[in-house]
Amino acid sequence: MIYSYFPGCSLKGLGRAYEESLLPVMRHLGVELVELEDWNCCGATAYMSVDERKACVLAARNLAIAEKAGPHDLVTPCSACYLVLNKTKHQLQDSEQMRATVQTALGTAGLTYAGNTPVRHPLDVLVHDVGLDVVKERVVRPLTGLKVAPYYGCQVVRPYATFDDAWNPTTMDRLLAALGAEVVDFPLKTKCCGASLTGTLPEAGLRLSYILLKEAKRRGADVIATICPLCQFNLDAYHDKLAKRWGPVRIPTVYITQLMGLAFGIPAEELGLNRCFVPMKPLPAAPAPAPA
Amino acid sequence: MHDPSNNGDVRIGFYICHCGHNIAGMVDCPAVAQYVGRLPGVAVSRDYKYMCSDPGQALIGQDIRDHGINRVVVASCSPLLHEHTFRNAVEAAGLNPFFFQMVNIREHDSWVHTDRAEATEKAKALAHAAIRRVRFHRALQTTKVPIHPDVLVVGGGIAGIHAALTLANGGKNVYLVEREPSIGGHMAKFDKTFPTLDCAACILTPKMSAVRAHENITLWTYSEVVKVEGYVGNYTVTVRRKPRYINEELCVGCQECIKACIYKEAKFPDEFNVGLSKRKPIYIPFPQAVPQVVVIDPERCLQIKTGKCKRTCIEACADRQAIDLTQKEQIVQVKVGNIILATGFKLFDAKRIPQYGYGRYPNVVTSLELERLVTSSGPTGGEVVLRDGRAPKSVGFILCVGSRDFKTNRWCSRTCCMHSMKLAQLVREHTGADVTIFYLDIRAPGKGCEEFYDKSLKDGIQFVRGRVAEVTDWALTPEEEGKLVIRAEDTLAGVVRRIPVDMIVLAVGMEAQADAQQVRRLFNMSCGTEGWFLEKHPKLAPVSTFTDGVFIAGCCQGPKDIPDSIAQAGAAAAEAMALIDRGYIEQEPNTAYISEEDCSGCKSCVPLCPYKAIGFDEARQKAVVNAALCKGCGTCVAACPSGSIHQHLFEDDEIFSEIEGVLAHA
Repeated sequence: MIYSYFPGCSLKGLGRAYEESLLPVMRHLGVELVELEDWNCCGATAYMSVDERKACVLAARNLAIAEKAGPHDLVTPCSACYLVLNKTKHQLQDSEQMRATVQTALGTAGLTYAGNTPVRHPLDVLVHDVGLDVVKERVVRPLTGLKVAPYYGCQVVRPYATFDDAWNPTTMDRLLAALGAEVVDFPLKTKCCGASLTGTLPEAGLRLSYILLKEAKRRGADVIATICPLCQFNLDAYHDKLAKRWGPVRIPTVYITQLMGLAFGIPAEELGLNRCFVPMKPLPAAPAPAPA
Repeated sequence: MHDPSNNGDVRIGFYICHCGHNIAGMVDCPAVAQYVGRLPGVAVSRDYKYMCSDPGQALIGQDIRDHGINRVVVASCSPLLHEHTFRNAVEAAGLNPFFFQMVNIREHDSWVHTDRAEATEKAKALAHAAIRRVRFHRALQTTKVPIHPDVLVVGGGIAGIHAALTLANGGKNVYLVEREPSIGGHMAKFDKTFPTLDCAACILTPKMSAVRAHENITLWTYSEVVKVEGYVGNYTVTVRRKPRYINEELCVGCQECIKACIYKEAKFPDEFNVGLSKRKPIYIPFPQAVPQVVVIDPERCLQIKTGKCKRTCIEACADRQAIDLTQKEQIVQVKVGNIILATGFKLFDAKRIPQYGYGRYPNVVTSLELERLVTSSGPTGGEVVLRDGRAPKSVGFILCVGSRDFKTNRWCSRTCCMHSMKLAQLVREHTGADVTIFYLDIRAPGKGCEEFYDKSLKDGIQFVRGRVAEVTDWALTPEEEGKLVIRAEDTLAGVVRRIPVDMIVLAVGMEAQADAQQVRRLFNMSCGTEGWFLEKHPKLAPVSTFTDGVFIAGCCQGPKDIPDSIAQAGAAAAEAMALIDRGYIEQEPNTAYISEEDCSGCKSCVPLCPYKAIGFDEARQKAVVNAALCKGCGTCVAACPSGSIHQHLFEDDEIFSEIEGVLAHA
């Protein structure tokens, strides 16, 4: 299985633990991710609201490069990249005018956009292409006893619920169950983490993070699993401020791929787990194998 | 062949109707009249404000008498609406009613166009076509076909029951077919009815018993119509009677067999209590069921499924021997003249809106589930309780669940506001709980309904205006711990609210039955896009359909409350009775006929006829059209290789001249 891979800027910086765990996990499952050459910023969600036209051109360049790279689906792990690239595809499909503008801009760089490369999320690939049975087969260290709150964030299923339900996504729940973890019923799984408001309007942003963390703790979760670099950062980085304002809500937030790596027997230090502010406790002792 | 010269001196009268502004707003009616007035054969050409009015019709008669008009063309609305009106006017003045042609310049022109000049030109072209055509019209006679006096009523809810009783009281024989084991429909599940709060059972069950007792009603429960043949006045209906494994004639409803069943405890979800209680494989749907006859569920009965049961039920019924586990389905056929469909509705499946948590949170219930809880004969004996048996201290109602919603159903289900307010009052009465109703708009237009709303406000029921975003169980404050939380924008206060409650009631809307499309095809009717059966005219023929002799009543036509359902049922019964008491129906003469000298006897037409109206005379080797069955669809006319099949009112010369008329203007 070969996919083109658009990491986006987060996975090279703030969210490098995501890439550090994603790549070995995918390799482990026989999935080859070929990083696009000379990719650029997706524009993130902010640029779309500043200048839709330029934002579309910026994102479309990555799509054009992916088309040129080969007939593979494009995988992008960051929720913002995933949303922006898909949104751009929709914009180009729906508006002839936008298509023309983007084609002109891409043309000056010797690129074209045909619109035939699907933009996929790793969750989608893991559950629908690789399959939970294959994932299960690879588990050597089941996450038995580990209570995990699955947290999807707002962007992967909204507004385009392409591979999961918009209100109650379950792909990560099923993936966690396949790893042997105990999935905590987490009704806030698609609620906002505060996004960039934690920086620009902390009063509002931090409160949203706090709500998520508090509820995960209330439900007895040992750890929160996420798929978005910004969510991971927001839920991990502000515990001092949160504790000062509302009381302690310490609970580690890790990427689903990190948990997968652990279950596959990949050492924690090779999965970027050392980068968490709130460290995850070592896994409870493995249960004794059942007598044959 | 018909010789048009027999038509003699053709003098055409043309009348264009303004229909107030409906036509005149988009078509220059005087200009059309002026244009037609100059066409050959036209003796009189006029425009008039309302041709269907008495003075409008009188105008035609006057011209026939004064100007020797012998053909009439009216350009106005759809022939569905007023063809009869004008034919009658023509006939009243002494002309054959088929020397008339109607031009639809409203639905086909003024209502659908936006350019006045072009719409006027289109009206001229259509009028020109009719002027050319009417010249060739022949004098035709309608035929009278006797009407079978019996009536079939499909569906034994309150609408079907009322229609059946009305007809039976009027001396007509009625077959009432219901697919469930008992009649009663949704109303049988209700506790009290709004806005009077009178007991639903007290007003329904006497009517159910009356159905059973009425000598003019044949009641077939647990039965379905599988085939309908024929036409108005003469339908042949085939009904499948599912085996209930009980001989209805012998069972007295003592229920000894139920007590004796090998299953000591009731184990299976009870349909009548919407799964809130359990029943055995042998059961009676509810205490007031009509007929008072038990029924065996073949999917659950140990003997039927495995053949390995002690058959204690048969033992218990030893003296009457009413249980017959070998019973097979029965197919029965009846002849009726009219059919009334009262097949009801289905409730919206609340799981389609996952954010409201139905199926995820046990204490999120539908309005019908709460209805069963407040009913004294219900699974809790009338106690409103949470799943763990506690009484709720606070209850939230969410309105418009699956109604007025672009993502699910766009229509208003009409009854949920009132139904919820009724339930809210009953909940307060039973438990004293705080009740909050989340609504979009309160729609309480029925008689006594606004007063009921007023009372609800005064009784302390809280109303919050805004569509609920979600139901969740995550707690922000200590008060929310262990509660369900309703998150909604309060659009009057302009704030987002979180309201913690113990129980949430989803006021689920009404939808067409899941099999509405099959039923529609079975009875040869139309459905609107939402699946509701389509009435012939939304105002003037609300219980008729486009199939003569088939009427609709109750919620199969659209959401409505009990009084409206009963009003429709009575209306449908009256429409059927009017046809029956006249004794005959007049059949349109637009049927196919065969010119025998040209028929080669190839039989191509015989299997093509969708109404089985063409037979074959083996002795003479000619096809024969049964005019009583022919619907005038024209399929055989087009298909006949020798051109020997013709159709009255659609003769070749009529159609060709009509086409020439349109083209001549263009």
